[in-house]
Amino acid sequence: MKNEWFTISVYSENNVGLLNRISGIFLKRHINIESLNVSKSEIDHVSKFTIVVNTTEKWVHNIVGQIEKQIEVIKAFYHTDDETIYQESALFKIASNLLFDERQIQNIIKESNSQIVTVSREFFVLAKSGRRFEIDEMYEQLKPFGIMQFVRSGRISVTKDEMQITSLLKEFQHN
Amino acid sequence: METLKEKKTAQETATSMKISGAEAIIHCLLAEGVDLIYGYPGGAIMPVYDELYKFQDKLTHILTRHEQGATHAAQGYARVSGRVGVAMATSGPGATNLVTGLADAQIDSTPLVCITGQVPRHLLGSDAFQETDIIGISTPVTKWNYQVTKASEIPEIMAKAFYIAKSGRPGPVLVDITKNAQFDELDFSYKKCTGVRSYKPAPKPNPEALKQAADLINNAKKPLIVWGQGIILGKAEQELKELVEKAGIPAAWTIMGASALDTDHPLNVGMVGMHGNYGPNILTNECDVLIAIGMRFDDRVTGRLEDYAKQAKVIHFEIDPAEVNKNVHADVAVLGNSKETLGLILPLINSNSHEQWHNLFKEKYQIEYDTVIKNDIYPTKEGLTMGEVIEEINLASDQKAVIVTDVGQHQMIGCRYAKFKESKSNITSGGLGTMGFALPAAIGAKMGAMDREVVAIIGDGGYQMTIQELGVIFQHNVPVKIVVLNNDHLGMVRQWQELFFDRRYASTVMTNPDFVKIAEGYHIQAKRVTERKDLKSTVQEMMASKNPYFLEVKVEKEDNVFPMIPSGAAVSEIRLK
Repeated sequence: MKNEWFTISVYSENNVGLLNRISGIFLKRHINIESLNVSKSEIDHVSKFTIVVNTTEKWVHNIVGQIEKQIEVIKAFYHTDDETIYQESALFKIASNLLFDERQIQNIIKESNSQIVTVSREFFVLAKSGRRFEIDEMYEQLKPFGIMQFVRSGRISVTKDEMQITSLLKEFQHN
Repeated sequence: METLKEKKTAQETATSMKISGAEAIIHCLLAEGVDLIYGYPGGAIMPVYDELYKFQDKLTHILTRHEQGATHAAQGYARVSGRVGVAMATSGPGATNLVTGLADAQIDSTPLVCITGQVPRHLLGSDAFQETDIIGISTPVTKWNYQVTKASEIPEIMAKAFYIAKSGRPGPVLVDITKNAQFDELDFSYKKCTGVRSYKPAPKPNPEALKQAADLINNAKKPLIVWGQGIILGKAEQELKELVEKAGIPAAWTIMGASALDTDHPLNVGMVGMHGNYGPNILTNECDVLIAIGMRFDDRVTGRLEDYAKQAKVIHFEIDPAEVNKNVHADVAVLGNSKETLGLILPLINSNSHEQWHNLFKEKYQIEYDTVIKNDIYPTKEGLTMGEVIEEINLASDQKAVIVTDVGQHQMIGCRYAKFKESKSNITSGGLGTMGFALPAAIGAKMGAMDREVVAIIGDGGYQMTIQELGVIFQHNVPVKIVVLNNDHLGMVRQWQELFFDRRYASTVMTNPDFVKIAEGYHIQAKRVTERKDLKSTVQEMMASKNPYFLEVKVEKEDNVFPMIPSGAAVSEIRLK
């Protein structure tokens, strides 16, 4: 079985120890978490973990089973890239003088569809959302001019198909 | 009839009252029907011990000599009684000493609630005296854990702890309670937990899967059942027996499933796995339908996975969805509690008797008997064998004893040759292989089934890992029978060194103390047998005793356990010598 990219979506109670419990499942199997994002979900008081891994389908199936087994996890899913709409966000901090001295910078901003978040005398900050390769491309273009700071977020994604959490929660409550 | 006192207690728990967190913990335990706990006091749990002192007429606390002993005793208690075992310890080292027992209970699905004291809330994270992050440490080895920092949380969390520990696939739960939460007061009222919204204890059986499974079973020519502890945990012994008899299917067991079906049942074909029986191992790779029930295809059961039952359609009856397709692909997965799923499939099963197929098991048994079993149980050589000791225990106990084994050669021999008539009679550390398990587990087993004989069978290595628990046996006069099969070696490791490491016996030779004197030091009646002529009468004397009894049997130093599937070999490559 070949390695693929999978996005694991975990709906859970908002519990302080759960991240530790979930990350331990990956640790035990020597599977690297490529990106991790935790946020609120579409349901009140339900959190959503979005975890990206590069592994085989057998392993991702196994891991999702183990995650779902955790008491505070409501449901876990895994999807391939084709089955999801996904993005990452990045911030670039760049010296302000470059904005005036290097014409090319303005072209990069325009062509990359990035936004200027703030400008000060010393630096300005660009925000870019998109696929990993788009952010990487922008990074490569800006690199020769000097990037003061760079950060990229974990992947966030929604699935093309429905994830039936609300009905599951109702079912749990009736059991 | 409800006594006045009981009535008062019921009313007290129904209406709220202002009490300390420590007292609330006791009321929670009582409300859950707990009357026995194992533990060890210390600074951060002292308020609870102070309440235990006041409630000692209702709740017995057994002081083990080490916290690990408390967890194993609680496990032994849980495994024979089917109830939740409770262990208690203080913070720091008290809590970390529970970890082995938690891991053991987690991998062997044993319901435990462990309560640990913790430094006060305001000291958390300050590296206070005896502070340790037991939540972080115990997370991978607990079904659930939680740190209570407010007294008001206690009733709900304790109720949840018991519910989670015993429901679905059982497991250990740890509740860590800061000292301030034990001292502070709360308005106490207790309500048993009946559900947690994010947790589904057992999946509902799927009728389509049941039908597919029944079709496969009905059309099978060479079906084989392999059951595990899921039968015992699901209380499905009767359903298993009915299925086996109705469909006429040879049935084998994993070490954790032992005793769920009478050893002498004609369709019980023995143990699978590394040191299991020859027939069920070899024939796993010849059956056409493999019916796995409440077992998890551990590597000690399957041997090399790439060559495990590849010719067979696999039906997996399982309560834990995460176990399905984890190691072995299931053609049909029947999810749910084993009692429920087996009950539902029984009416769909046609009567059958696979006589020719069953005869193959008998033939293989004869081969194993002639080459291995006969020499193990009825040896003609001078030295004593572990097998003949087990056989004497079978005879002297009329196969009715609870057999508690430790880990190693004696465990494999014990599980191979102990005979059972009653379920929940084989208590062993199956998944984790925890040396030191048996002595404390036997204490718990005896307290969980006072009407039954409990015999602990232990090697000289494992015995010395928890030997201090003799103190509990002495102090409380726990009438367990302790049999140490002493070969002055770490026998199983020595066997591997002999077979796979060119007889380089690195650190497996033991210079042992006088075990009889040690037992006598604890005022436990003790005998040593070194010759065959004394074995039968001494075992009989031991079994007839109403008191604790220690028996050391000096067995052959370099005996090996066979059959054996070497690590990494296929089940069909099982060796008879």
